[in-house]
Amino acid sequence: MKAYDIVIIGGGPAGLAAAVSARKNGIDRVLILERDKELGGILNQCIHNGFGLHTFKEELTGPEYAARYIAQAAELNLEYKINTMVMDISHEKIVTYMNREEGMQEIQAKAVILAMGCRERSRGALNIPGYRPAGIFSAGTAQRLVNMEGYLPGREVVILGSGDIGLIMARRMTLEGAKVKVVSELMPYSGGLKRNIVQCLDDYGIPLKLSHTVIDIRGKERLEGITLAEVDSHGKPIPGTEEDYTCDTLLLSVGLIPENELSNGMGIDMNRVTSGPNVNESLETSIPGVFACGNVLHVHDLVDFVSEEAAAAGKNAAEYVMREKSAVQISKDIKSPIELEAVEGVRYTVPKTVNVDRMTDRLTVRFRVGAVYQNCFVSAYFDNERVIHKKRPVVAPGEMEDIKLDKSKLLEYPDLKKITIKIEEA
Amino acid sequence: MKKINLICIGCPMGCPLTIEKDGSKIISVTGNTCPRGDAYARKELTNPTRIVTSTVAVEGGDVMRISVKTKQDIPKDKIFACVKELKNVSIKAPVHIGDVILENVAGTGVDVVATKGSSW
Ligand SMILES: Cc1cc2nc3c(=O)[nH]c(=O)nc-3n(C[C@H](O)[C@H](O)[C@H](O)COP(=O)(O)OP(=O)(O)OC[C@H]3O[C@@H](n4cnc5c(N)ncnc54)[C@H](O)[C@@H]3O)c2cc1C
Ligand code: SF4
Repeated sequence: MKAYDIVIIGGGPAGLAAAVSARKNGIDRVLILERDKELGGILNQCIHNGFGLHTFKEELTGPEYAARYIAQAAELNLEYKINTMVMDISHEKIVTYMNREEGMQEIQAKAVILAMGCRERSRGALNIPGYRPAGIFSAGTAQRLVNMEGYLPGREVVILGSGDIGLIMARRMTLEGAKVKVVSELMPYSGGLKRNIVQCLDDYGIPLKLSHTVIDIRGKERLEGITLAEVDSHGKPIPGTEEDYTCDTLLLSVGLIPENELSNGMGIDMNRVTSGPNVNESLETSIPGVFACGNVLHVHDLVDFVSEEAAAAGKNAAEYVMREKSAVQISKDIKSPIELEAVEGVRYTVPKTVNVDRMTDRLTVRFRVGAVYQNCFVSAYFDNERVIHKKRPVVAPGEMEDIKLDKSKLLEYPDLKKITIKIEEA
Repeated sequence: MKKINLICIGCPMGCPLTIEKDGSKIISVTGNTCPRGDAYARKELTNPTRIVTSTVAVEGGDVMRISVKTKQDIPKDKIFACVKELKNVSIKAPVHIGDVILENVAGTGVDVVATKGSSW
């Protein structure tokens, strides 16, 4: 069986940044496996600008951002296989993949980095009984049709869900000559970035109806129209608020979900909130030597953060491989890690545990909130003592938040067991 | 004195900006995290501009279409004219990122460049 030091599953921005970082941290035998016909992942279909401001200090489109990393990977001579689907990863890190040239193959990895990204939620989005005529697409499918195949799926469009892809597609289809009549969001707040509401909806006069959902679909062969209604605080349609729209296309943009079939198959401990693996400060899952980053870990809005997280995963995986190689005995009485707990408005944290000995000088903890809060504080309690109290004018579920933990600070608390992260209203 | 609220679209942080205006004169911009926010607010109130992205057809390439963008931001009211001109453009492979696809789009003085490459 062929052996590699680090095998990376997925060649999107996460996989690419992880590979580049692993190589720069001294690992030669790195392999990226990608099922698509090109590297770059979902960025290839995200042709709009707004990527990379943090990483490259300029505003790139998705394909340009991907190309930067693909060029770095080429410069470092990183090995990759495209059109190659990973079928299984065993607990012992034997990776089984399949492609046309080689058929089914098994390789042994010392460390594995999971970077499979996410897919769109669809089930449960349309909570209506009855017929499903043609003309109902996920926003991501429409994005691929328009941007990669040059095919406009319809002329009169209603969008259900205000996730970023839906907002981006509202503008895109408008520019391509379609009439986008309304974006309807079940929640009382948008799931997308504010800037996308401004430049994708407001710029084109497309109304956003919060607390509204689709309650009826008309048309047999092809979609002919839908009915929207306002919902109450329990998500129940309010009688008398129904409004009919004629449309031939309904796009669903109701969120993304990490693609974790492989992780589940390995028996990795999963987080019920993120649908991604639980990880420690090194972005290592419950199986030592298996790391996760990018959208497979938790859904990101910003590719820059994906790259940053993935670079950390690559570095940590490299260190893991070096440790294993030099057979450094890790002292057995290693302290049990500090647990991070998300409460009161904070839905989850990545990472979930921190081992102070292994953390970097400054560790970024990312999380999402469960509702919109204004003039609030993001607080971290070290056991019972409030240590971080950061004022935020507004936090919202659509935008990922973070706090930084300083190693020097944590070392001042040798008996610390738990860090609680919460939102406190002023 | 008039107060105007805008969301900065300079980057995904989306800072909430407050602009104080006296007639047509901008007195102050607050709420921005970086200088780009200040510049955005002033421009948005006088001459709003956007970068436009779209795709064009490729002839004889390994893909059917490639993505393109305006090299700089163009006036908002030229967006549709820009997209319309791009509809008729078809480019021969090979194309490289950064290649000029269309010069001076919609009379804006701004070129449209490829954001993706295509080989034969
Ligand atoms: C449809 C869609 C549209 C999006 N649009 C935007 C947008 O407009 N703007 C924005 O900022 N963000 C957008 N995002 C978010 C975007 O995905 C992230 O910013 C970023 O691309 C995530 O990077 P990643 O590498 O984690 O995942 P991805 O880019 O999804 O890459 C994962 C890669 O893993 C591969 N893979 C998965 N499973 C296997 C397997 N078993 N074997 C081999 N390879 C595998 C996939 O083919 C893919 O190439 C979108 C996401 C989706 C799903
Ligand atoms: S002010 Fe600066 S940081 Fe804030 S959104 Fe604008 S560009 Fe981004």
